[in-house]
Amino acid sequence: MNFIYDLHRTMMSQKLILVYEGDFTQESTKSILAMAERNLDSSGEESSIKRKVFNVMVEALQNIVKHSSEHGTRAGSLISQSAIFMISKDDGRYCIMTGNPISKSNVPALTKNLEHLNSQSKEGLKEMYKNIIKNTQISEKGGAGLGFVDMARKSGEKIEFQFPEMDDDHSFFCLKVNVSREKE
Amino acid sequence: MEILNLEGTEDTPKIILDKKNGIFEISGRSLPEDSAEFYRPVLEWLEAYAADPNPSTDFTLKLEYFNTSSSKLILDVLSALEDIKGMKIMWYFHEDDEDMEEAGEEFSELVEIPFEFKTY
Repeated sequence: MNFIYDLHRTMMSQKLILVYEGDFTQESTKSILAMAERNLDSSGEESSIKRKVFNVMVEALQNIVKHSSEHGTRAGSLISQSAIFMISKDDGRYCIMTGNPISKSNVPALTKNLEHLNSQSKEGLKEMYKNIIKNTQISEKGGAGLGFVDMARKSGEKIEFQFPEMDDDHSFFCLKVNVSREKE
Repeated sequence: MEILNLEGTEDTPKIILDKKNGIFEISGRSLPEDSAEFYRPVLEWLEAYAADPNPSTDFTLKLEYFNTSSSKLILDVLSALEDIKGMKIMWYFHEDDEDMEEAGEEFSELVEIPFEFKTY
């Protein structure tokens, strides 16, 4: 049972304050948010930082929920739709991190989208946000990448991402969004 | 007109739309999974109200958090209010919540309605 201690040590060394692994639904999202919020409250975090972290968490979690519902469960697939969500906290910042399986075919578009976001200034991101919100229909269930734009705006830092290979058809989409604990 | 009254929950806002008493308010948190579904009755109510509105309407938006899919629906709500005469948006934000203040400013740039900004 060494893995229990190993996992514990990993969590301590990575300064992880919350890790969730499993199915993501609106219900689990609400529970995770409630837990993270209690943690932020009890640590006495500055309310403006708390709100940014909460915002990024909501978008990150709902992205996974949306994405896993698109995928559905493929019969006979060896790839689990199970995803991971975690938050770390050190003296300087919070990191909101997610990982979820995606089709390899989505990697180029996602990479392009995120690189484009990372090349934008604060003003550029604001314009992107306004353009998307103006031109998207309500029936489109949140596509269009508005969630990433919002995360980039709340973070103020570059979004980090990687796509390690899972098998011939799938990659694991790793996303990391930082929120500085220093007041602007 | 019937009153639309929805209790707030941990992921949906409190909503009161009451023509007779002149109360129009959306407040709290808005992060439902399906924002379009959640805001449908609000948009329907406003469509009916627009046909026979009060001489003036102060519409209060006092949101603590909203997710990006709600932001689209909030813009739809504002668009539904845009052609109503005597419409004014009262945008409340917590005094140290610059992001919510900025969100209100952005919405005010997207629709032709006067906004009044207030802190709480």
